[in-house]
Amino acid sequence: MFIELLIGAIKAIVVVLVVLNLTALMLWFERKGAALIQDRIGANRANVLGIGKRLGMPNFGMVNTILCDPIKMFMKEDFVPDGADHFLHGLAPFLALFPVIVTFAVAPMSDILRIGRYTIDLQPANLNVGALYILATIGIGVYGVALSGWSSNNRWALLGGIRATAQMISYEIALGLAILAVVVSYGSLDLQTICRHQGGVWFGFLPRWGILLQPVSFILLMVAGMAESKRVPFDLPEAESELIAGYFTEYSGGKQAVFMMTDFAEVVLVAMLATTFFFGGWQVPWLYRDGFHFPGGGHFLVPNLIVAVLEFIAFWVKVVVLCWLQILVRWTLPRFRYDQLMRLGWKGLVPIGLANLVVTAFVVVVAGAK
Amino acid sequence: MTPVSFYMVLSAILFAIGVAGVMIRRNIIVMFLAVELMLNAVNLAFIALGRRIGSMDGQVIVFFAMTVAAAEAAVGLALIIASFRNRETLNADELNLLRW
Amino acid sequence: MPVWLFIFLAALAVISALGVILQRNPVHCVLALALVLIDMGILFIGLGAETVGFLQIIVYVGAIMVLFLFVIWLLNIQTEERTSEGHLGLKFFGAIAAAALIAEFFAIFLNTPAAMTPRPLPVDYGSIASLAHLLFSSYLVAFEVTSVLLLAAIVGAIALARRVQRAGETVIHQLSSSVTSTEKAA
Repeated sequence: MFIELLIGAIKAIVVVLVVLNLTALMLWFERKGAALIQDRIGANRANVLGIGKRLGMPNFGMVNTILCDPIKMFMKEDFVPDGADHFLHGLAPFLALFPVIVTFAVAPMSDILRIGRYTIDLQPANLNVGALYILATIGIGVYGVALSGWSSNNRWALLGGIRATAQMISYEIALGLAILAVVVSYGSLDLQTICRHQGGVWFGFLPRWGILLQPVSFILLMVAGMAESKRVPFDLPEAESELIAGYFTEYSGGKQAVFMMTDFAEVVLVAMLATTFFFGGWQVPWLYRDGFHFPGGGHFLVPNLIVAVLEFIAFWVKVVVLCWLQILVRWTLPRFRYDQLMRLGWKGLVPIGLANLVVTAFVVVVAGAK
Repeated sequence: MTPVSFYMVLSAILFAIGVAGVMIRRNIIVMFLAVELMLNAVNLAFIALGRRIGSMDGQVIVFFAMTVAAAEAAVGLALIIASFRNRETLNADELNLLRW
Repeated sequence: MPVWLFIFLAALAVISALGVILQRNPVHCVLALALVLIDMGILFIGLGAETVGFLQIIVYVGAIMVLFLFVIWLLNIQTEERTSEGHLGLKFFGAIAAAALIAEFFAIFLNTPAAMTPRPLPVDYGSIASLAHLLFSSYLVAFEVTSVLLLAAIVGAIALARRVQRAGETVIHQLSSSVTSTEKAA
């Protein structure tokens, strides 16, 4: 009993640490990577004792974003505006961050790992209803935004908060429909089972990844996920030119840093969902539990530990690639107007999602009856 | 394992708190919240007893009760908005046009 | 579910429920009820009803409570003062009635003989497959009627809450009049 508790705790700690580190990586990429995308230099001054300069390397802006920015943010004065609700003002950022990080409890990081007589399933929480859990926690994430807008005692913050809440609950539906179509085509709500079904090959060489099965769902999930995390092109609630900073106008210092972290953690979350449902999760192409089986005929036996490590690395590499995709979209597209955003959500994505679900269910029933 | 009577007692306490809330508060929205509390107390009783007799029927009933509560909340809040527009008050004592 | 965990969740639920009916600010009441509902969801999951537990969190906490919050902000409700709550006699009677109700329930539930023998649970108890199996076989009529009910609720809510367009008034006029009315109330 104690051993299982310990294994579960280690898995949870590992996943939380990786997610938080990826969030910090996103922070750096948003600053320096965005600069490179926009053909400018970006941050390149701060350095520690001139180490990089002495070695002749160009400055990557890492010291800036990873060291200086967090120190600046956490040392700013943390004020609560006059007439605001102190308790809710302090609670809201953490109410926004908590559901996003907790969702990673069902992230399937790898297939089984055999140590001695224990077979460890590398998913921190093996729920039968993993997809429902994801929808539930994404639903709770609405509260942080709503309360931050209201508890600031600021008209513009309230307006930004209401807009952001309406946007989030509208795109939750499209997100749910995309996830449902995937669940129907794999016949299970458990994320680890969905990943396992994406092993194997079609026609002898094509990996059975979900994107070949449900391309419409993939686009739906990416769009709805980006709207859910209020990233450009859907970031009107935080628009600087329209609403100052929207629902986190009255936040400074550490609490604003928590809101920023929520933004980036949700980027990682959407990337994790897309990886699990559409890109095979931890599946490395042509790698099975005992080793590699290439389509050309080569077979390499690989010990279980190496297989698990390869799959773990493959999972997080895919997550990083999809994060990069979202950042690329962010720095490419202009912002949606609010009514365009709502129209896209309700009149565009929801009918497409429903049609996709109906067609998927029909195909599954017809194919299963054979 | 907790015996089912514990769950029933909790359900009873929450139901009674809901009843007290409807009688004590005069703000319509808070009265509505107390009604939702009562509905949830009964849902808990259904699920606990359903587990006790090993049947899924309790969960099906709760599923329907949840759906109906959602529909009722939507229509009830729309009614509150409509009445607020006319009378500018949310105090249940002041909505007394039909009183004799 | 172990007893200590149940006692903790039950205490949390009761304290939050008391918070729902005793807080002055309606937004605090809504948040307290959201906490009670999450607590209920966890209790459902602990009783083996995983699907219904998570559905409770998705539907009740994620949608209905947010709807309540929206209505409170739309109507721009101010915190009610203590003095505006009248009817001291009603409060007294309400507390007595609640206490009597609790005493009655205690008497019933704690003295009920264990007449129902616990039956063994099927393996997939609480799974979405078994729930769906029942919904589409024994309770099919109720399922279909519920979908019609939801449609009626949507249409009813929109019809009740929309602003009636007077002759010659455009949407811009309606929105600007609503903004000025909330400005006056603020």
